[in-house]
Amino acid sequence: MTTLTTDERSTLRKRPRIGTALTYLSLVVASLVVLVPLVVVFLTSLKSSREVSDGGALSLPDDWLNFSNYATAFNDGEMLRAFGNTAFILLFSITGTVLIGSMTAYAIDRFEFRMKKTVMALFLIATLVPGVTTQVATFQVVNSFGLVDSRWAPILLYMGTDIVSIYIFLQFIRSIPTSLDEAARLDGANTFTIYRKIIFPLLKPAIATVVIVKGITTYNDFYIPFLYMPSEDKGTISTALFRFKGPFGAHWEAISAGAILVILPTLLIFLFLQRYIYNGFAQGATK
Amino acid sequence: MTDTTSKAPPTPARRAAPPGRGSRRGVPPSRSWRDHPLRRITPWLFLLAPLALLITFTYVPVGNMIYYSFTDWDGVSPDRNVVGFENYTQLFTRPELFRVFFVSFYYLAASAVQIVIALYFATVLSFDLRFRNFFKGILFFPYLVNGVAIGFVFLYFFQDGGTLDSLLSWFGVGADHAWLGDSESANTSLAGVSVWRFTGLNFVLFLGAIQSIPGELYEAAQLDGASRWQQFRHIIAPSIRPVLSLSVILAISGSLAVFEIPYIMTGGATGTSTFVIQTVKLAFQFNKTGLASACAVVLLLIILVVTWIQRRLVPDDKVDLV
Repeated sequence: MTTLTTDERSTLRKRPRIGTALTYLSLVVASLVVLVPLVVVFLTSLKSSREVSDGGALSLPDDWLNFSNYATAFNDGEMLRAFGNTAFILLFSITGTVLIGSMTAYAIDRFEFRMKKTVMALFLIATLVPGVTTQVATFQVVNSFGLVDSRWAPILLYMGTDIVSIYIFLQFIRSIPTSLDEAARLDGANTFTIYRKIIFPLLKPAIATVVIVKGITTYNDFYIPFLYMPSEDKGTISTALFRFKGPFGAHWEAISAGAILVILPTLLIFLFLQRYIYNGFAQGATK
Repeated sequence: MTDTTSKAPPTPARRAAPPGRGSRRGVPPSRSWRDHPLRRITPWLFLLAPLALLITFTYVPVGNMIYYSFTDWDGVSPDRNVVGFENYTQLFTRPELFRVFFVSFYYLAASAVQIVIALYFATVLSFDLRFRNFFKGILFFPYLVNGVAIGFVFLYFFQDGGTLDSLLSWFGVGADHAWLGDSESANTSLAGVSVWRFTGLNFVLFLGAIQSIPGELYEAAQLDGASRWQQFRHIIAPSIRPVLSLSVILAISGSLAVFEIPYIMTGGATGTSTFVIQTVKLAFQFNKTGLASACAVVLLLIILVVTWIQRRLVPDDKVDLV
């Protein structure tokens, strides 16, 4: 403890050491609670099926480089196709969300028009309707477009129901001075050019937030792909993993490998983009 | 409503001259944008796609759902008969349909636990500590993990002789217990998973709020000799009230609409079926679209009422969304 900040030094003087120790203890316990279930599944993914049935859950694998379960999960579980489907859906729904969110925010913030209040109220009230409650009826709407069991169904749903991103953009667009728009207009730019060349590039931080938040929630979503894309070849990583329950039954080593395969990309993205992810979720949830 | 008082610097200027309109005083463009015929429809061009999606995938379904809830439709056949309130009477008179509501209480209790834990760690980690970012990362990470993967991780965790049993036997506590075997312990276990999964989100929200409190406040408090608890009680707690009330409302509506984890882990067996699981089953397995819609309408109404009550009880002066 050589590098105490003044802040810390003054608190330490007033607080007994035991308090600090207890604080750390609680943090370590919480970390264990978070990590142990995940680590055990990781260990299981490296075991052979005999080791899983004979040894205890907490035993260590004999061969730390036994990746055969990963190969099984990846090939038999059709994970490659699942990652492909997820990537396809991610690409279109994120692009769509960004475009739709920023266009809506631009139109609402920069124009005066009749029924503006009505439009705003429509978006506002929609936030109060929880998505899961309306799926029974939404299903019929999607069905009437003939989109059930197509990858466009989740894409449209993710784009169309994302009110949160509209708010993130709206908050941000307010801080862009209108004088910029006006200067561009004097130079002869029309509304679309202003949106495309001035507003959109300035929205970069908000776009980053929306891409991260939307990306992670879409990647992890189970409900919508499960309801709207029942056939096996359209599985996203969530539904493909869910299907492991059937063929792999009690083969915990394969199921564990599948789970780790799905978690790994999230872990990597989290490690690289930590700060943005915290901010993104804090912003996304409080809007 | 256009002029929200958020940090936006242009606000005062815009109040003086109505926003975004072409002709500024003294600079009349050769052909005023204001009179351009396109001007009136321009915002609608931007709003066309968003509004179409919003109406198609939110308002039309809500309208249809209310209509279906008064019919005996099976979701497939072309004919449906209006049956009035029959679905609603069924819902409230058949105890097995209504019982699933009580499962929500497990998740409500879990939410309370989760908020307390998140609040504790957010407070602790907003002060200087070693490995602060490391602990932050660990606590938040579960929120980012795929729900299906979490389901499997915890199925393995709660197995007979699985992780939990092995851990407990280290401490000499009786070995095998069928954690997901009976209704009460299964629901408690599942609620525990939801604490594991969602504490991180609350934690990050609280942390953000606490860190936006100006540091001088703590310094002043420390000069006055305030203890950590006093600092929490008088500085932190009041400052994060808006976020706290948001968490409470998210917790209540979330507890009513639990689906993923119990569906993945138990499929709703042994009394772990929640309201949404039941609705999905009624609609998509038993083809009772009418009844399922009635369930959904009831759930929607409850959530709206809860939100409304919360807005009344905690008037949130910072809510200026549009």
